[in-house]
Amino acid sequence: MSKENELLEEVTGSDYQYGFYTDIESDKAPPGLNEEIIRFISAKKNEPEWMVEWRLEALRGFQKMTEPKWANVNYPEPDLQAISYYSAPKQQEGPESLDEVDPELLKTFDKLGISLDEQKRLTGVAMDVVVDSVSVKTTFKEKLGELGIIFCSISEALQDYPELVRQHIGTVVPRTDNYYAALNSAVFTDGSFCYIPKGVRCPMELSTYFRINEAGTGQFERTLVVAEEGSYVSYLEGCTAPMRDENQLHAAVVELKAMDNAEIKYSTVQNWYPGDKNGKGGVYNFVTKRGLCEKNAKISWTQVETGSAVTWKYPSCVLKGDNSVGEFYSVAVTNNFQQNDTGTKMIHLGKNTKSTIISKGICAGQSNGNYRGLVKIGPRATDSRNFSQCDSLLMGSSCGSHTFPYIETQNKSAQVEHEATTSKIGEDQIFYCNQRGIGEEEAIALIVNGYCKDILNQLPMEFAVEAQKLLEISLEGSVG
Amino acid sequence: MLKINNLHASVEGTEILRGVNLEVKPGEVHAIMGPNGSGKSTLSSVIAGREDYEITQGNIQFEKEDLLDLGPDERAQKGIFLSFQYPVEIPGVTVTNFLKTSINELRKARGEEPLPANKLLKKMREKMGLLDMDKSFLSRSLNEGFSGGEKKRNEIFQMAMLEPKLGILDETDSGLDIDALRVVAKGVNTLRTKDNAIILITHYQRLLDHIEPDYVHVLSQGKIVKSGNKELALELEEHGYDWLKEPAV
Repeated sequence: MSKENELLEEVTGSDYQYGFYTDIESDKAPPGLNEEIIRFISAKKNEPEWMVEWRLEALRGFQKMTEPKWANVNYPEPDLQAISYYSAPKQQEGPESLDEVDPELLKTFDKLGISLDEQKRLTGVAMDVVVDSVSVKTTFKEKLGELGIIFCSISEALQDYPELVRQHIGTVVPRTDNYYAALNSAVFTDGSFCYIPKGVRCPMELSTYFRINEAGTGQFERTLVVAEEGSYVSYLEGCTAPMRDENQLHAAVVELKAMDNAEIKYSTVQNWYPGDKNGKGGVYNFVTKRGLCEKNAKISWTQVETGSAVTWKYPSCVLKGDNSVGEFYSVAVTNNFQQNDTGTKMIHLGKNTKSTIISKGICAGQSNGNYRGLVKIGPRATDSRNFSQCDSLLMGSSCGSHTFPYIETQNKSAQVEHEATTSKIGEDQIFYCNQRGIGEEEAIALIVNGYCKDILNQLPMEFAVEAQKLLEISLEGSVG
Repeated sequence: MLKINNLHASVEGTEILRGVNLEVKPGEVHAIMGPNGSGKSTLSSVIAGREDYEITQGNIQFEKEDLLDLGPDERAQKGIFLSFQYPVEIPGVTVTNFLKTSINELRKARGEEPLPANKLLKKMREKMGLLDMDKSFLSRSLNEGFSGGEKKRNEIFQMAMLEPKLGILDETDSGLDIDALRVVAKGVNTLRTKDNAIILITHYQRLLDHIEPDYVHVLSQGKIVKSGNKELALELEEHGYDWLKEPAV
């Protein structure tokens, strides 16, 4: 037992490695949430008239709602009137090359090990980098343009392709779907838009790095990915945030639309500031992510979640079309005082639809990790199948892990399977590794990576390596 | 190489080792035998540095260095290897990945560069041949779903790969059928050199038919009560342990 405690001490000793702050002048809205602010944001972004109305409608819906309380997490309710809903790095015009990008920003990326230069050269990944709400740099855009692929910030999309945005936005996650989705719909400042035309296979991984970078600003990202008939896209989203004392609210909405025979692979590595070892500070991450599958379409969500003080998210698939497929692969790590209520919803509506859920939770410190998942088989969803596997790995005896699987079937031909395990990293495993010359930290990294292998394998190579690093950083020195 | 002086160790207040003395020199093979509960596995765990045991008296020196000051990983880095009686499973970590990590950590401790992948693979193939192992082994999760025999073979395979100065085999023979025993013994015999030493911990004499020890010690009630050459093992086989039990030295 004493060994366990010592080790736990060590866990809490590992500090957030991305805790730095870039000093960039910003163009900031006064705090508060009201119609005037919405109009201000919309005007700032030079949005079409319908968009202003759309936002205001969301705000009116939001104002009638209250924050839901059913998640198994505890936190002081954020004061939404104290948040500034718009902050943009000061910049005259969009830069054409890296030379024109604020050198402070580039330094920030260097610290994160994601310098654009390197990314461009080594990985061939097109990046739409979002720093505090406004897209600063988009690469490879021309190359994608040749294929008719649109990959830009949602603000640009509203300027250049307003009808396309109008046609799809809010069709998967309606404006008043839930409290935080409604808030996002009203105040979102930026995000990404991705459109893959019919029959096109996107030749590269599309990647976005998000950062929250201004003290006291919330960030409300809006992402919309549309894959037309028979197309394919793999989309990566990675996040790190600098260290902050006060809690920061992040309420994003991600909508995916996979038309007939299309496939979308959406991968996330989330490493926002989790708060310090006493549970002070950290990001509130309340995200709505949902995908809609038409006939024979497929959507895969893969996520590695190591950050944020409180996480509340359920990337879901609505399997509307016959034979469509939904997948959810997740690793969620909580340490110190982090709280996590995450999982997925697989809504089977079409015939012969299929879904797979693999969720791996890792809890250390005093943290609390929850899996919450819904598998719903509608009356028309004949011969539908689901397989769910939810594993938890505990380190020490002060953390908690819970699984809340919900299954609703309205069709007798459905097959739904659920498996769950809970295990502990044993001192035996650690000792075995030690005896082979492998120190404590390396041993934990090895064991945890082994446990998460099925998920990490789903990630594109360069992302998997980063995810592995993040797992190691967030669990440094921990075990029980 | 290894010198144990008057070693006393207890677990949760119960004394298990009550004054063990043992000296092992390079090139020697020592067998430690004894009835169940005599402290054989405790002795191997204490040498390897398991933290469940409290050392109340005595010391262990390895190459003139006090071993008890070192953590288990540091002891391994000094060249001590324990073949576990019950090897643990590590799901999702392949034998290859585990060995690669282990070898490179040991090399790092010696100030050497990581072993290049091609050299590692070549060495693995060579040692697997020695132990009659199928190459599919390398891509399986460590010990997960392994049969008893496969686990033990995997331990000796690791020993062959890591080339320790001192190998401690904790009941490696238990649970092995005769063919597996022969293969394991062959593996151990090829690893014997004039520079390294082996401690065999066993309940039965039959392993010693295949690996010939230089010395045999009988551990009873936490003490070595008798030492001799391999003839002693035969005597034990014939008469059992009872004739040694009571009269402590």
